[in-house]
Amino acid sequence: MSDNKLKQTPSQTIGPFFSYALTPEQSDYNFKSIVSPEMITPETPGEHIHICGSIFDGNGDVIKDAMIEIWQADDQGHYLDRDTPPSSEVFTGFGRCDAEVNSGFYFNTVKPGSIGVGHAPHINMIVFMRGMLTHAYTRVYFSDEMKANEKDEVFVSVPADRRKSIIAIRNEDNGKVTYQFDLRMQGDNETVFFDV
Amino acid sequence: MSDNNIDKRDWQTHPPYVHLDYKSTTFRGPQKPLIPIKHSLSELSVPAFGQGQMHEHDNDLTINGRVDGEPIGERIIVSGRVLDEYSRPQSGILLEIWQANAAGRYIHKADQHDAPIDPNFLGGGRCVTDENGHYKFTTIKPGAYPWGNHYNAWRPIHIHFSLFGMSLASRLITQMYFPGDPLLKLDPIYNSTPDVKARERMVSSLSMDTGIADIALGYEFDIVLRGLSATPMEQ
Repeated sequence: MSDNKLKQTPSQTIGPFFSYALTPEQSDYNFKSIVSPEMITPETPGEHIHICGSIFDGNGDVIKDAMIEIWQADDQGHYLDRDTPPSSEVFTGFGRCDAEVNSGFYFNTVKPGSIGVGHAPHINMIVFMRGMLTHAYTRVYFSDEMKANEKDEVFVSVPADRRKSIIAIRNEDNGKVTYQFDLRMQGDNETVFFDV
Repeated sequence: MSDNNIDKRDWQTHPPYVHLDYKSTTFRGPQKPLIPIKHSLSELSVPAFGQGQMHEHDNDLTINGRVDGEPIGERIIVSGRVLDEYSRPQSGILLEIWQANAAGRYIHKADQHDAPIDPNFLGGGRCVTDENGHYKFTTIKPGAYPWGNHYNAWRPIHIHFSLFGMSLASRLITQMYFPGDPLLKLDPIYNSTPDVKARERMVSSLSMDTGIADIALGYEFDIVLRGLSATPMEQ
């Protein structure tokens, strides 16, 4: 470690009033969005899925002034390369949702493939909200991938009794695949957050 | 893939999840210990954002919200560099900013503060850093505003910044403050960093070189993100 290493800039809360800048079109402000929860077109390869959830505070009340971001591989397990800037033509794997609009979050995306041996399919999630000074990282694993989950190094590093908090529950209805993934910020069933 | 190949989050710099002086953290901040994670491509990658995604005037907040005239208030230039901990410029980094108007009112529908909305000011902007890590915004100096944390609580004037670094792990949302603001010492959000010195890194400095003479004062604000380690990786 060098002596003249710079120090990190501290994190601060996103606050309650971010949406006209960060999620303007979702929230009906007159400003263009550059990311959204609609991550796919009908042509995007892979299984199209809908992920949704609510966010609960330590009292069990629903939190609305929050923003959720996800970052994931495509159906083949490939992350978008930095040399390929996001555009409407490619699946970028990055989504952002304002939880105020729907009293929760959702993403329309594809189910990711495994990024390699020892990695179960998963989505990386970041949680920002008023009342949180530093963002929190979690991962979304899939209820129909339990065999792969149990061979995933990160998944098995989580104490067994807490693993269910990071498993999205699959539901199929008329061919539409939905995964439910609620976030609990505190309490006995507090969601697992990682020191990324 | 070895671990520790991006520098750790500095928990003396970043505020804790529960900081009782900021009351809303009480029931929102996670309380169980974070689980250590061995980094893989999941944490070490992130999308790039390009100039191609920017729209005209995205980085000029004195123009991008105009309806029928100029926004009211003191025009300022906010600029700086995005670096990693090893002083390497971070190019191609997306910065998004948002702020209150000169009267201390956000355009957000939920802001109920009894101060005027400026019909010609949105308060949101974005840009991408150049090859030297530089960014620049033209905006209006925001006003202070009251909030409900405690009796007669007022936020120091600030601009919110959101940044993507070179990896998911370097994601950062912070706030830029202004030098000499007497509200800083009273603000539980500003004062939430464990290391007292860390807070000062969020205060911009007045610069007579980065403004526009006779048009706008300049404030400089450099931001340091977690960087890929320059030391050999442990196997």
